[in-house]
Amino acid sequence: MSVDLNAVRRIAHLARIEVTEAETPHLQSEINAILKFVEALDAVDVDGVEPMTSVIPMRLPMREDVVTDGGIAPLVLANAPVTEDGFFVVPKVIE
Amino acid sequence: MTDLTSLTLAEARDRLKSRAVSSLEISKAHLEAIERAKMLNAFVAMTADKALEMAEASDVRLARGEGGPLEGLPIGVKDLYATRGVHTQACSHILEDFKPPYESTVTANLWRDGAVMLGKLNMDEFAMGSSNETSCYGPVASPWLPPNWSRDRARAALSSGKRGLLTPGGSSGGSASAVAARLCLAATASDTGGSIRQPAAFTGIVGIKPTYGRCSRYGMVAFASSLDQAGPLARTVRDAAIMLRSMAGPDAKDSTCSPAPVPDYEAAVGRSVKGMKIGVPKEYRLEGMNSEIEALWTRGAEWLRAAGASVVEVSLPHTPYALPAYYIVAPAEASSNLARYDGVRYGLREAGADVVELYEKTRARGFGAEVRRRLMIGTYVLSAGYYDAYYVRAQKIRTLIKRDFERAFADGVDAILTPATPSAAFGIGEKGSENPVEMYLNDVFTVTVNMAGLPGLVAPAGLSSEGLPLGLQLIGRPFDEETLFALGETIEQSGGRTALPEPWWE
Repeated sequence: MSVDLNAVRRIAHLARIEVTEAETPHLQSEINAILKFVEALDAVDVDGVEPMTSVIPMRLPMREDVVTDGGIAPLVLANAPVTEDGFFVVPKVIE
Repeated sequence: MTDLTSLTLAEARDRLKSRAVSSLEISKAHLEAIERAKMLNAFVAMTADKALEMAEASDVRLARGEGGPLEGLPIGVKDLYATRGVHTQACSHILEDFKPPYESTVTANLWRDGAVMLGKLNMDEFAMGSSNETSCYGPVASPWLPPNWSRDRARAALSSGKRGLLTPGGSSGGSASAVAARLCLAATASDTGGSIRQPAAFTGIVGIKPTYGRCSRYGMVAFASSLDQAGPLARTVRDAAIMLRSMAGPDAKDSTCSPAPVPDYEAAVGRSVKGMKIGVPKEYRLEGMNSEIEALWTRGAEWLRAAGASVVEVSLPHTPYALPAYYIVAPAEASSNLARYDGVRYGLREAGADVVELYEKTRARGFGAEVRRRLMIGTYVLSAGYYDAYYVRAQKIRTLIKRDFERAFADGVDAILTPATPSAAFGIGEKGSENPVEMYLNDVFTVTVNMAGLPGLVAPAGLSSEGLPLGLQLIGRPFDEETLFALGETIEQSGGRTALPEPWWE
């Protein structure tokens, strides 16, 4: 499989990465080189094989359903680029 | 007096214990060495005040006859470990000025055991790279001189873009360069496809990626969560064992972290390997393989045989598919993990007319070319209509890769011996500019181990005809790092420790 220029623009938008028109052809050839590389996998018979979900068999640990963290709003906001009155600030979302 | 920066971690520990030297003296010697090696670009942040403060506290404890297993020993930390209030950027623009209000479990364990932090180490951006060239801080130079280069030529290259100098490998390039250049006694690193083991091989030092789940991932900047593991880089097998014992251990903050207690790995160093059965996988004998690498591999097998182990051929038939499957699984997980960098909660923010434009501009500016490329591949293979063909298929192949190893171990093999890398270190600016796959091929021998969650240790095994270090890899059963330390020590003793380069950069 390979991608065309429109697919590159669509993927970039899904990934929320702005790409310029000038970058698109180069990205297309790089992505296609990688897709060509992974084509080798088509040769493998995977009928009846379970996809891996956990590389080391382990039971998910359980704990009491209680609050163990919180009350640290200033720390949560400490690295934010823009804050106001204890909130993150973003451009207006709802008209 | 022996230069304090040339001591091994174990030697430094013993001298501190006997009060022959103080932590303040050792730590200062390393801080000075880092200053003199600025041009290698191994450290991206120095924490000199913190180091001196920690060293003084260690000296107080040592004077009382107290202290942990790493008391007073100065180490470096890869920039992807969250260190409270200290520069933590995974060498990406998008994490500019980020100072975590929390500490990673691995570094917390090291400080609990008395280690002293010298600073944060350069790496490929978000650990995506095999040469440390994708770092937003620029490439790191290896302390090894390129073949036939004079000291003057190398010094000139250091101050003009580093082109032609050798890469220390990646992604833990800063860690490897710093350990090999004796800027720290050991360093933390991390390994998703080979990022501890390939740099160890390129710089003539020791690195181990333990079993998935042996170290907590809490507070490590995530790349591909089902593959990422913490591990140390050090100058000897014993030093790596000492480091890993402190780094590893159960952690309630990471549900994939094993609850099993950590053995005394150092006790395994020097343990006899007599009677062990070592597998040599025929599928690792690649067509057109570098003859020096092949000879090194054969020599390694001979050393183990001479120490009383038996060597048998094994088959891991799905080996050729590990690297392509990795380049689906790792970008897919990365595209999900790195969705958090949105310009809202931390790090870089680029203004946009609406929130989507804000995301798109922030991420376009904040991520470098390799990261953007992998995030797009990951997004594509997870997108509607392609998920089964790419992602699910790759995860099925991962099951087959793991099954290959399980069969070999079920047949009584204790560990598997392979080359670490397809070649010795290459030059900065030499690879991957046209086709990204050229760089990816560096991980061909290491990536299977991450795909199967197994432990892998790389030890230096000699020099190429051009005088550059080459390494061998040992792959073990899950949670059997001890066998790897025993075998690694045999390789180190048989080949003799690789003499590290004299400091031409000073």
